[in-house]
Amino acid sequence: MERIKAIIIKEWREVFKNKFVLFTVSFLPLMITALPLIILYFAGSSEGFAGISTADLPPQFEPLCGDLVGSDCMLYYIVTQFLLLFMMVPVIVPMTIASYSIVGEKTTRTLEPLLATPVTTIEILVGKGLAGVIPAVLTTWIGYLIYAAGAYLMVSNSAVVSKLFDPLWMIAIFLVGPLLSLMGVSISVMISSRVNDPRVAEQISGIFVLPVVGLFIGQMTGMILVNETFILWLAAALLVLDTILFYFAAQIFQRETILSRWK
Amino acid sequence: MIKNGPIIVTEKLTKSFGEIVAVNQLTLSVNRGEVFGLLGPNGSGKTTTVRMLAALLIPSGGTARVAGFQVGENDQDIRRKIGLLPESPGLYDSLSAEQNLAFFGSMYGVENIAEQIQKYLELLDLWNRRYEPVGTFSKGMRQKLAIARALLHEPDVLFLDEPTSGLDPQASRLVREFIEDLKGEGRTIILTTHNLEEADRLCDRVAVISGHLLALDAPGELRRKIFGRKVVFHLQEANQALVGALKKFPFVSDVQSVDNKILAAVENPEEQNPQLIRALIDGGAELQFVGELKRRLEDVYLELMGANKDNNHGKN
Repeated sequence: MERIKAIIIKEWREVFKNKFVLFTVSFLPLMITALPLIILYFAGSSEGFAGISTADLPPQFEPLCGDLVGSDCMLYYIVTQFLLLFMMVPVIVPMTIASYSIVGEKTTRTLEPLLATPVTTIEILVGKGLAGVIPAVLTTWIGYLIYAAGAYLMVSNSAVVSKLFDPLWMIAIFLVGPLLSLMGVSISVMISSRVNDPRVAEQISGIFVLPVVGLFIGQMTGMILVNETFILWLAAALLVLDTILFYFAAQIFQRETILSRWK
Repeated sequence: MIKNGPIIVTEKLTKSFGEIVAVNQLTLSVNRGEVFGLLGPNGSGKTTTVRMLAALLIPSGGTARVAGFQVGENDQDIRRKIGLLPESPGLYDSLSAEQNLAFFGSMYGVENIAEQIQKYLELLDLWNRRYEPVGTFSKGMRQKLAIARALLHEPDVLFLDEPTSGLDPQASRLVREFIEDLKGEGRTIILTTHNLEEADRLCDRVAVISGHLLALDAPGELRRKIFGRKVVFHLQEANQALVGALKKFPFVSDVQSVDNKILAAVENPEEQNPQLIRALIDGGAELQFVGELKRRLEDVYLELMGANKDNNHGKN
């Protein structure tokens, strides 16, 4: 455990000195938190908003609204749209940190002396993984709490605000978020083994954010309904995917593979 | 832990990458407290051998034991017992010297980490720079810090891969002197280097490899085996009569006259030189100096490489 802790601290000391990493880790969650609050603010103060009826919403969204009708349902609809946006933070942040961390070690050739120590592959992977996952999960949670607090201040209907704490959101933020982070780290490890520039690793990793973007667009256009069932299935799928990806990442991170096959 | 006997033993150690055989059936042993040189051209398998012995690469064939542990079976135990200075220092530039050592100390599970850091930073004259980022360090300072890192956990065996490569003469000298100090402490050191003068000076024994083992012995013994021992007699004037006088001795295998010098290949100069000197003086020679023709390790190395090349051509 001491080794994992030391790896995490070392990673943070290193990567957070990189301005680009610092920018990504701080700006992205800030933007994703601020954007919905600004939209909520303007939507709430708009005169035409009060006249909205439930019929204006995608029909499949109606069951999610429960007792909420009209503009309140629309507000909840808007509030929920950003749920998937919040899911981007736990994917992008660890990918950025892991890309810079692993490719950085490759380019500065620091991996060999590290691998010559009695640290195990799992300890290195868990340490590096957590160094990416912890900031990602924390920024997601903090962003969510700020968003919920902002919504509480801006939305007058407490029933709408309370929906932000329903199981859908809780599962998404506190279960799917960390699972997405783990996925991001494993993907970054695999990509980082093949490239020598952290920016390239990050760009390739970026492709794996597209499914989340696709879900966001699908939900916006009414093609997908993100409800409790959907998010539970997503969590289950991620759990399986994370296990498979971590297995492959651990295979790639073997000493022999790193020293003889990593380019 | 084994107190006596070899600390490293390899038996037909082999490593292949696909169809390329990097190390082929390498059999050698390294004694405790010995400075052992691994010499060979680029791509001869020196680094691969070190990496196998450091439990970083899994051998494709043969066996190796390091500090009593089997490579491939007790790798974690081996990693605890060895210190490695790779070809590139591999330090974290944005961390300070102290943070670098503290991190690696944690990896090795060093308990008295603060004391160990102070000990080696002071020994290597880096204590006053301990809070500075390593990125600001010169090549020599980085190399010294990397050596400190390799010693932090007081390993039984220290692997130094090209420790003076790319360093300026002053930094090279500092590193070399530090290795000499370590040798004085009785540490077992495996040194790979292209600097043959350095190997000659530091190593008790050297192995010359080129994929496979070409020769293994003390530098002096290798010189003797390959070139024999030659005595040089500096004379006022050399002539064929004096050459003939030396040729009469059965223990003299070869005599040559070059300018006013006579070179005689003898088995045991310490015992046989007085007879030769007497013969020369009796023959009327005006003897100025007597010395031994010193062959450099480089000559031995080039001779071995040349012979290996000829053998390979012969096989093809």
